[in-house]
Amino acid sequence: MKTRATFFRKTKDSLMRAFSGFATSMALVLMAWVIFTIVREGHSSISAELFLNASKPFGEVGGGIANALLGTVMITAGAAALALPPALAAGIWLAEFGKDSLLARAARFTVNVMMGVPSVIVGLFAYGVLVTTTGHFSGFAGSFSLAILMFPVVVRTTEDQFSGIGDALRESLLALGASRARSTLTVIWRAARSGVVTGVLLAVARVSGETAPLLFTALFADTWPTSYFSGPTPSAPVLITSYTMDSPFESMHRIGWSAALTMAVILLAVNITARYFGAKRAAKRK
Amino acid sequence: MQKKKYKIETKRLNFFYGDHQALFDNDLSIEANKITAVIGPSGCGKSTHLRVYNRIFELHRGQRAEGEVFIDGKDILDPGIDLLDLRRRVGMIFQKPTPFPMSVFDNVAYPIRLHFKASQKEIAERVENALRGAALWDEVKDKLRESGQALSGGQQQRLCIARAIAAEPEILLMDEPTSAIDPVGTLKIEELMDRLRERFTIVIVTHNMQQASRISDTTAFFYKGSIVEVGPTKLIFTNPRNKQTEDYVSGRFG
Repeated sequence: MKTRATFFRKTKDSLMRAFSGFATSMALVLMAWVIFTIVREGHSSISAELFLNASKPFGEVGGGIANALLGTVMITAGAAALALPPALAAGIWLAEFGKDSLLARAARFTVNVMMGVPSVIVGLFAYGVLVTTTGHFSGFAGSFSLAILMFPVVVRTTEDQFSGIGDALRESLLALGASRARSTLTVIWRAARSGVVTGVLLAVARVSGETAPLLFTALFADTWPTSYFSGPTPSAPVLITSYTMDSPFESMHRIGWSAALTMAVILLAVNITARYFGAKRAAKRK
Repeated sequence: MQKKKYKIETKRLNFFYGDHQALFDNDLSIEANKITAVIGPSGCGKSTHLRVYNRIFELHRGQRAEGEVFIDGKDILDPGIDLLDLRRRVGMIFQKPTPFPMSVFDNVAYPIRLHFKASQKEIAERVENALRGAALWDEVKDKLRESGQALSGGQQQRLCIARAIAAEPEILLMDEPTSAIDPVGTLKIEELMDRLRERFTIVIVTHNMQQASRISDTTAFFYKGSIVEVGPTKLIFTNPRNKQTEDYVSGRFG
């Protein structure tokens, strides 16, 4: 039988490869474009004062973003404190014990739905249950809304990490006479830990930049975040939004861009840290 | 003929994966301080049978065993049995070495801390004894604090053996313990097993017929979930009664 000419197959192969290579490089170009723009717009007003002073009321020249950065740290840390314990426990339960049970399947479905809920709806919900009822905005209400966004992501990532551990390890633990709970909390947790840490860091980084929920809950303040539980609390994402969009003053635009640059650098650092943990884990597996 | 005392006596054991029956009326008696090899083609139920002895199969939904398995005269399939104690007494080594993500020392100390009230000094002594017992001490005595996962495959498997014997079991189940290990590592493990038989009753599932004939006292041949023939290893390999056994041990199928 005559063989088919390979010319067309080879051509198709190179075209396909060229196209995928181009598509992949688009990701890099986009990232570079974003960073380039933020650096161009934001670098000029980076100064020590920016990181030491609280912001000033609308229209006043000067002022920093330190209060907003601190507020973001507080709100995000509060969200992590609220979301992580139940999310880790739920993820572990789903992977180790729930498996295919009815409750587990229902929970998994709910978590998937929760991941798709727009943050503006979560913000409105938090506004409804924590702001209108108490009569004041608060950083805590902001944490609550971010916790709701963080919860499903951490559940999923935890379940994935625990499910990724082969049954061989579980069986060898049980074969030694360890109980399910004990083996899960000692050895299985150790094996899953770095992957979970990576996922948690990424989830924290993700929600720390959320703006919509905070507009409904933490609002903003030109003061240091001293009333986390009882009053408006500044945050970087809200500062960026309001300084660049709502203000007619050029000096405020600059500060907004600088805050964006600062957030980008911090989040990049968190991401790299998270990847580092992930890479260490991958290296260990080999 | 004088009645022998058996360590493990299996009577009419049937096993199911959901609706699929994998073992059919297995009867098998295993003598204490002997090595019993379980051989047979892939999928014949050897591992399934072994995994009943410590009820490890219960980790998985839908698997169930019916019948009786007596260890020292007590039916371990009885739901009232203390599983954690059963598994301390019946250790298991798996096909792939599974060192825990912790140091060599902590790997071996794990079952000791789990089952015994021991001081730090006693733990250290027992760890050393277990590692010596698994013929690994000389190779790891200077790296007890290093990760168990950094050892070679054969060393990892002996680490798992050390960990298993640190729980002071009476029976060791070995499920193809050398199939993922290189020939040198395999040889070391076989030599080790020869020494371990003095202290433990060993049941080994193996694909390697030379291994079965080299190390075991008794051999059981499984085929399609049934036990076709059991007997002294020499007899099984030189003069089996059953045609299927003969075909298998002479390499005609399997």
